Amino acid sequence: MASCGLEIPLRGYSYGGRLFLPALEIARNCPITDLLDKRLVIVTGKGGVGKTTVAVALGLRAAAEGKRTIVCEVSSQENASRMFDHAEVGFHEVEMEENLWSISIDPDESMREYVLLQLKVRAMRDMLFRSRIFNYLAAATPGLKELVTIGKIWELAQLDRKVKKGRKYDLVIVDAPATGHGVGFLQTPRTFASIARVGPIHSQALQLERLITDHAHTGTAIVALPEEMPVNESAALEQDLRDEVGVAVDRIYLNGLYPERFSKAEAERLSGLADNEEGAVRAAARAALSEHNRARSQRAQLARLRRRVEAPVKTLPFLFEPELGPEAARRLSRRLT
Amino acid sequence: MPALGDVLDGKEICICAGSGGVGKTTTSAAIASGMAAQGLRVCVLTIDPAKRLADSLGLKELGNEARQVDPALFEKQGVEMKGELWAMMLDAKATFDELIARQAPDEESRDRVLNNRIYQQISSALAGSQEYMAMEKLFELHTEGRFDLLVLDTPPTRNALDFLDAPKRLTQFIEGKSLRVFMKPTGLAAKVTGRGVSVALSVFKRIVGFDLLADLAEFFNAFSGMVDGFQARAKRVNKLLADPGTCFLVVCGPQGEPVDEAVYFHRKLVEAKLPFGGVVVNKVHYPADQLRGESKDLPTTLAEKLGDEDLGQRVAANFSDYQALAERDARNIERLAKELRTSSVIRVPYLDEDVHDLAGLAEINRYLFATGEERVAMAAGRA
Repeated sequence: MASCGLEIPLRGYSYGGRLFLPALEIARNCPITDLLDKRLVIVTGKGGVGKTTVAVALGLRAAAEGKRTIVCEVSSQENASRMFDHAEVGFHEVEMEENLWSISIDPDESMREYVLLQLKVRAMRDMLFRSRIFNYLAAATPGLKELVTIGKIWELAQLDRKVKKGRKYDLVIVDAPATGHGVGFLQTPRTFASIARVGPIHSQALQLERLITDHAHTGTAIVALPEEMPVNESAALEQDLRDEVGVAVDRIYLNGLYPERFSKAEAERLSGLADNEEGAVRAAARAALSEHNRARSQRAQLARLRRRVEAPVKTLPFLFEPELGPEAARRLSRRLT
Repeated sequence: MPALGDVLDGKEICICAGSGGVGKTTTSAAIASGMAAQGLRVCVLTIDPAKRLADSLGLKELGNEARQVDPALFEKQGVEMKGELWAMMLDAKATFDELIARQAPDEESRDRVLNNRIYQQISSALAGSQEYMAMEKLFELHTEGRFDLLVLDTPPTRNALDFLDAPKRLTQFIEGKSLRVFMKPTGLAAKVTGRGVSVALSVFKRIVGFDLLADLAEFFNAFSGMVDGFQARAKRVNKLLADPGTCFLVVCGPQGEPVDEAVYFHRKLVEAKLPFGGVVVNKVHYPADQLRGESKDLPTTLAEKLGDEDLGQRVAANFSDYQALAERDARNIERLAKELRTSSVIRVPYLDEDVHDLAGLAEINRYLFATGEERVAMAAGRA
């Protein structure tokens, strides 16, 4: 069995999984370099909050700073490559821009690669995958798919890559699956280590858990929206990541914040127009009031989020654009702090 | 464009499906409260581990048992509650445990399953089991017949279809008859099977370790007495889903990506021969189509009316931003209606305040349950 020692030096992690950095030590105004200097950054959050956009923006920012960066998608939806108007990349490391690569990590492909790395002999691997029993067992083992997916992320983050001619990356950014089932995905290594008590996969699962909880090398960003429920969920997610996974959240990006285009006094003047005028004037006044109301209620949510979480909250503006493409991501990447 | 009330007329089950972040939970709660207000006894089930539904219904918490929402809360919002609204949050593990208890031939086999570590993982953590248990609970509640209508808020899986396959996948999972033979502790496998199988088993064992394989074997053995019962039940669940009394609503947002997913999801429903009822598009920017011609000199007109050139400019610029979003939404919805070959596209506007309480639900219901004409009138007024 191959030795799978972790090549990146690990310091300061704990097996127990509790927080290794007291929350107070996380400076409120830590610069973004703190995040981009990590080896691995996990971008997580509820569905539909803009995780892919933030992951790509972080990738663009790191690439612009000269870091060889790869953005990993794990949901086979190829949202990242779509943002670049690029054809689907699949289970390949494809260059999107200078210094920026993208890969869609498919669990079945990860499994094939993992088994090959274990067995070394391609013919033997192929025989194994033709076996119904093997496929059956692999599918029946809870969490195995998620585990090999995280394993692939780990592999990408190695300076000495396991796969032949593997490229070295300075930074691996993960567009994590939507946290519909709590922190499930990130918790897989720990769960798995407890159900597979012995054998190589047990120690590998522990190794993956160490990677995820190694705050010196692994950073985590939650993406949230400035609305009541997403704020509640993000606060709960931060707590679960801390207490159940042992991950300290570095940043919470509050995405889609409306600009404050109109003052309160202006809004009062506009409400007169909205009530008394007709046609386009009335519609325009209503749109302005709508913008004003939303911007205001979002700021209340921003304040609420800041009160409820420990990690620094950074905002990203709502972009009044029909579809977000590479240009929008580039603009957001410059706004990241 | 039929009103939602017509779509749901006579239905016993309404399943809201769609990708994450499109407002499924809110839509489910709004539909349930709207139908209850009309006089039905309705129960809304959510699987979301977050307490969204409880929050929005003014309930402190939801459990695996249905709870009634206080009708007085609706009256405070000026909504006359002719029926009853109940809500519950699915506890997948508890439901699974109950199911095991029901299917197990005796206490010993029940405990063997409940104590097995593989089972414990599957029942609480395995993706797919929540979906399966949602179907199970739906089936159970439907069989009990306590409610006129059940509204299911499906889990926010990235792949919105997972739950359709869930019953099948789970029964396949526990089926594995051939497998159980190989796993017998007597080592029968080595004697009766070909080399391929034993190699596969031994490699698998090398990778995951003996312990896990033993747990799996134990799990299959413990389950063996229940397979038939599970399969029979899964068949009845599938039949219920395909029943004309069931209605699938696809929920999405107006952006390109959620619309793509809605199209994909609809196609899968049709392929699976499941009854599609319509699509709800949330957070739509209502266009003011008919006003576009007039808006040419808008900055000037606004500046005059406001007596403030700068403000007039900004209001006009903001309006054109909003119109661009409204036009995008209109394009996407047109595409959606075309792809789905349906006129049942119900648009809910992007409200100024986000919806998280009964007042918000009542506001949404004005759109969900409005007739076509009412909706057009409201759209024009809202711009």
